[in-house]
Amino acid sequence: MEIRAIGCDPLQLKRVLAKDGHTLKVYRDMGGYASLKKALGMTPADIIETVKTSALRGRGGAGFPTGMKWSFVPKDSPKPKYIVCNADESEPGTFKDRYLLERDPHALIEGMVIAGHALGAATGYIYYRGEYNYLIDIMDAALAEARDAGLLGRNILGTGFDMDIFTHTGAGAYICGEETALLSSLEGFRGHPRMKPPFPALEGLYACPTVVNNVETLTAIPEIIELGAEAWRDLGTEKSGGTKLWSVSGHVKKPGVYELPMGYADMEKFIMEDCGGMLRDDKKLKAVIPGGSSVYIMNTSQILGKNVTMDYEGLVAAGSSVGSGGFIVMDERVDVVESTRNLTQFYKHESCGWCTPCREGTDWLVKIFDRIAAGGGRPEDAQVMLDLCDNMEGRSHCPLADAAAWPIQSAIQRFPEDFKKWLWKNTENSEAKELKVNA
Amino acid sequence: MAAVKPSDYTNQVTVTDEVAEFSPEVMDEIRSHLEKYPPDRSRSALIPLLFLVQRERGYIDNPGVNFLAKFLNIEVTDVWETATFYSMFNMNRVGRHHIQVCKTLSCKIMGEPDITDHICTKLGIKPGETTPDGKFTVSLVECLGSCGTAPMMQIGFDYHEDLTTEKVDKILAECE
Ligand SMILES: Cc1cc2nc3c(=O)[nH]c(=O)nc-3n(C[C@H](O)[C@H](O)[C@H](O)COP(=O)(O)O)c2cc1C
Ligand code: SF4
Ligand code: FES
Repeated sequence: MEIRAIGCDPLQLKRVLAKDGHTLKVYRDMGGYASLKKALGMTPADIIETVKTSALRGRGGAGFPTGMKWSFVPKDSPKPKYIVCNADESEPGTFKDRYLLERDPHALIEGMVIAGHALGAATGYIYYRGEYNYLIDIMDAALAEARDAGLLGRNILGTGFDMDIFTHTGAGAYICGEETALLSSLEGFRGHPRMKPPFPALEGLYACPTVVNNVETLTAIPEIIELGAEAWRDLGTEKSGGTKLWSVSGHVKKPGVYELPMGYADMEKFIMEDCGGMLRDDKKLKAVIPGGSSVYIMNTSQILGKNVTMDYEGLVAAGSSVGSGGFIVMDERVDVVESTRNLTQFYKHESCGWCTPCREGTDWLVKIFDRIAAGGGRPEDAQVMLDLCDNMEGRSHCPLADAAAWPIQSAIQRFPEDFKKWLWKNTENSEAKELKVNA
Repeated sequence: MAAVKPSDYTNQVTVTDEVAEFSPEVMDEIRSHLEKYPPDRSRSALIPLLFLVQRERGYIDNPGVNFLAKFLNIEVTDVWETATFYSMFNMNRVGRHHIQVCKTLSCKIMGEPDITDHICTKLGIKPGETTPDGKFTVSLVECLGSCGTAPMMQIGFDYHEDLTTEKVDKILAECE
C-alpha cells in the first residue's frame, strides 16, 4: 500500500511517513505543538477567523466550512462546551483516518486543544469505531505523553487554559458516524440520529454546545495555524482550501492513501499514472466511486479526457462529489448491478431502523437485487427501484437514506447496459430493448 | 440493524436475577472508565463497559447485564436496549477466535469470495457458524476501514490484510 503526497509536500502525511511519528519526541522535533503555543496567544475570535479564511471544509463527508461551524457555538452560554472528534470512519472505501490515528496522534491532540481554546471547551472526546480498538491504546499513550509534558490537562503551557481529552469507543454501527447519532452513542444509547435543529453547536453532547469534526479536519488545524490561513488555503483553490487525503482502493496497481492539493488535475492522470494504472494491464477502467460509497458512481465517459479536477466543485461538475475521499476504482470485470447490490446490502444492514422509508426501502431494494441476482430480473425492476429511491431520498430522518439511494440512481442512469443484461434475461430479443424507466 | 425477527432473540437470554461478579482488578478497570465522563453522566460508559463484560464473560450475558444496570444505576432493559443495537456485541457464545471477513465492495472485488470459501471449506462451517470444538466462528462483516489492503479480515481485534489463501492458512495455523 502506498502512502504518498502528489503535487504538494506531505503536510497531513508528514508524520505519517516519518519513523516513530506517533511519539511526542519526533512530533516535537518536526515542529509539533508550536502551533498550539501560537494559538494560545491568539484570541478565540482570531482563531475562528483564521479557520474561516483558510477555506477548510469538513473532511468527514459533508464538506461543511469548519470556521463557520465553529462560529455557531454561542460565546455566552453558561453550559460546558465539548469538542468531539469523529473517528468512526466507516464509510466504505475510506481508511485515511486510520493512518492519521495510528501514526500521527499528536496532530489530533494539538488540533483539538486549539479548537478547545477557540470555542471555550474544557473537554474533548475522540469517538472511535469499535473495530479500531488497537488505535485507542496508541492514542491513550499519546494523551498521557501530552499530559506529562504540560500540553494537556491543567494550565496548558502555563497559560491558565485547562482542557482534557478522552478516548471513547463505539461498537460496530456505521450510523454512529452521523454526528447526532454519534452523540447519542457517546451518551450510552442506541445510535439513533437526533432531530436538527437544534444543531449540536447549540445542543449537542449532554444538551451542551458541541462541535463534531472529522479526524482529518482537526489534524489540519495545526497546519493552518503554522502556515497562516492564506498560505494554507492557496495550496488548494479559493473555495476548497488546502490539501486532502484520498483513500484509494480497488483495481489499481498502487492502492493507498494519497495527499493531493485541492483542485488536483486531473482524475484520469491520478488513476492512470499516480496510482499506477489499472491493476491488470489488459483490463479497462469501467467505473469510479470517488468519495466513499455514499456518492454517485461515475462511468468512463465522465472521467476519460474530461480533465476532472479533484475538489468539491470539480467533482460536482463531473457528476459526483468528494464525500469522504474514498476512491474506489473498478475495472471492466465488475458488474455494476452486483456492486450496487453489495452497497445496498451495506445500507440495509446499517440503517438504524428509526424511519420507515429507510428501514423498509433498503430492505425491499435488497430483496429486488437478490431476486435479480438469482436470475429473476424483470424489465420493470429499474423503475420500481427508482421509485423506491424516490420515496427514501429527502424523506427520512438523516442522510443515510439518501446515501443508499444515490448509488442506485446513478448506477441505473450511467450503466444501463449492465442492468439491461439482468432485467431482460427472461424475455426474448433483449438487445432491441431499452431500459424501461420513466423520463 | 435491519429488521429483527423475533426468532433472532429467543433462547438467547435466560432471564435470571444473578449479578455477575468481577475481580478487584477488573473492578478497578471498570471504575476507571467512569472518570472520563461527568459524574451525572455515567451511562456514557455503557458501551466501553459492555466490551469489558464481553471480554470477561465471553458474550453479553444476563448476569453481566444485571451487573451493569446496578453499577450504572439504570434499568436492565436500558442495558439490553443499547447492547442489542451494536453489531460487535455477541448475544451468544462465539468461538475463541472470531474471524470476521469484510464483504463490502472493495474487498468483494479484490477477492473476498475466494477467501471466504477457503476459510469455510477449511473449517467445515458456513458464515455465521462456530466449529464444534468452539475454536472458530466465521462472520461476514461490513467495511472495516482497510480497503486499500483488500481483501482483509479481523480476528478478535487484530487486522489481517492483503489476504491470499496461503496467508490465511498461516494465520489460522497460528491460532491457538
Ligand atoms: C450515515 C452517515 C455516516 C457518517 N459517517 C462519518 C464518519 O464515519 N466519519 C466522519 O468523520 N463523518 C461521518 N459523517 C459525517 C458527520 O455527520 C459529520 O458531518 C462530520 O463528522 C462533521 O465533521 P467535519 O465537518 O469535520 O467533516 C457521516 C454522516 C452520515 C449521514
Ligand atoms: S434515514 Fe435510516 S439511518 Fe437515518 S434515522 Fe432514518 S432509519 Fe435511521
Ligand atoms: S471494503 Fe473491506 S475493508 Fe473496506
